[in-house]
Amino acid sequence: MTIFNFFKPSRSAPVARDRLQILLQHERVSAGASDLIAKLREEILGVIARHVDIPADKVQVKMQRAEAVSTLEVEIELPNPVRQRRKEDTEAAA
Amino acid sequence: MSQVLVVTSGKGGVGKTTSTAAIGAALALSGQRVAVVDFDVGLRNLDLVMGAERRVVYDLINVVQGEAKLQQALIRDKRLDTLYVLPASQTRDKDALTEEGVARVMEELRSHFDWVVCDSPAGIERGAMLAMRHADVAIVVTNPEVSSVRDSDRIIGMLDSKTLKAERGEYMEKHLLLTRYDAARAERGQMLKVEDVLEILSIPLLGIIPESEAVLNASNVGCPVTLVDTDSAPARAYLDAARRLEGENIPMVVPADRRGFMSKLFGRRAA
Repeated sequence: MTIFNFFKPSRSAPVARDRLQILLQHERVSAGASDLIAKLREEILGVIARHVDIPADKVQVKMQRAEAVSTLEVEIELPNPVRQRRKEDTEAAA
Repeated sequence: MSQVLVVTSGKGGVGKTTSTAAIGAALALSGQRVAVVDFDVGLRNLDLVMGAERRVVYDLINVVQGEAKLQQALIRDKRLDTLYVLPASQTRDKDALTEEGVARVMEELRSHFDWVVCDSPAGIERGAMLAMRHADVAIVVTNPEVSSVRDSDRIIGMLDSKTLKAERGEYMEKHLLLTRYDAARAERGQMLKVEDVLEILSIPLLGIIPESEAVLNASNVGCPVTLVDTDSAPARAYLDAARRLEGENIPMVVPADRRGFMSKLFGRRAA
């Protein structure tokens, strides 16, 4: 540290602003994505439950992020034997 | 019409309780009926900052659980007869707050007061959620510092998705209250500027509260800063902020403490 540093304090605020902008851009996207996944999961479950008896925890939705594309992985585990809802139930649920 | 206001931040120690007390008192100064409600169950402090700690008999949890009537738990302020404090419990934990119980108490508070100001606990858990749940308006208290800004951003996201208003598809009104601001340091590039924080969080500015000794002095004596040292910089800033909340259009300034000649000469504090 030279004597000149004493008179010219470091300007750290622009660094703080830039770091925050980059971080929050990323965090806002991932918070939005977890909402999206929750919504997708709920609706997928709704569609399947109209036709098959399925416990709520048997539908898994995952999102993999990559540079160019992101992929959505949906895993649905159907209990054996598959119990299809009767036609009238299906209509009532729909 | 009654308004429920939540004072929230995500991060702890940024000035939620101080701001709740100061703004609640400022609103009551104009003759409106105001209740300040402490949601920080287990770590109550609003009673202490308001100077009502020795008059607590019943608390929010007692009312939520039906063990006491609202009127029994509300403590009337000694200085302003339209200002009331509803303290949190110090012994119970936040699980004692039920969603339905809180809804009932908030409804009852609305029928008695013009403003219900809810002091949120820090964090993003149940207590903070319940504090914001019934709000019509939110004040996001933020320090010009990276971790506080980040947490505020998170809280803004929650206000837009987890409140009843947001769930009904209505717009959740949010205001930024920038506290512990030091204009000189911001000017020297050592602290985030008002504009930086506004650009990052992009919600309207309600006020800028300068860093000041008056805030600690006020909490030392258990009086909202807007009542004890009304000429101090933070008091003037809070009074302006309260008037903006009521819809008045007041130019935004950063009030400065008036300093004597000697303190100007020698008063530069080590930071």
